[in-house]
Amino acid sequence: MSNQIEKRIELKAPVSRVWRALTDYREFGEWFRVKLDGPFVAGQISRGHITYPGYEHLKWEAVVQKMEPERLFSFTWHPYAVDPKMDYSNEMPTLVEFRLEKIATGTLLLLTESGFDKIPSGRRLEAFRRNDGGWTEQMKNIEKHVAQAS
Amino acid sequence: MSRKHRSGKAAQRHVRAHLFAALGDETRLALVTKLNGGRSYSISQLTLGSRLTRQAITKHLRVLQSVGVVHSVRTGRETRFEFNPRPIEGAKEYLDLVSEQWGRALSRLKSFVEN
Repeated sequence: MSNQIEKRIELKAPVSRVWRALTDYREFGEWFRVKLDGPFVAGQISRGHITYPGYEHLKWEAVVQKMEPERLFSFTWHPYAVDPKMDYSNEMPTLVEFRLEKIATGTLLLLTESGFDKIPSGRRLEAFRRNDGGWTEQMKNIEKHVAQAS
Repeated sequence: MSRKHRSGKAAQRHVRAHLFAALGDETRLALVTKLNGGRSYSISQLTLGSRLTRQAITKHLRVLQSVGVVHSVRTGRETRFEFNPRPIEGAKEYLDLVSEQWGRALSRLKSFVEN
């Protein structure tokens, strides 16, 4: 079984546009639904909080790994780190990578998230259980938002 | 909810928590692939064609057993090992959930950059 997630999506926008949407912290926050405290800097922690109504108490934290202009943007984080009372800092994070490729119609974006096999503790299931209700609800919100925006 | 049901869930939780780690090993993945076919195998059969010793294979089987991916059946004096797909299905569900989250985020990104 593969323990990494892979996604590819074709975007009808130039690579430079996609790069900005990924790496400008305000633009990233727009589509990711997070309010970040400041710009992304390779090697530094990025902090912020979720902007969904009712979820604002949830923090967003990631460590920016690579910023290779118009090619690769990556960060490590703790997927589903949603319990404000829990300290996730000792856990092995997963690695999220966005790779950009120029194609005739615009940009090919490849996303991978890897390292799930290295998350210690029983949190994996705990997170799953906790999100079983909450996440479904959040999905509905996202759907609503996308429907309104289009 | 009955007590029995709860303890069953706790056991399931334990299984999933260590599953990814158990599968994150080439030898064990190879064993799972071999057992995946639905047949049961003895230690000797699993050791055959491997560079590892019988002892090493047994150790890896124990790890797979501890997360429920493999279970053993005694037939006479021989212990045979069988594959159990359920824990992996559970882990796949979790990855599907994270994957779905990214799917949604990327479609928001798409409308964001294409507008």
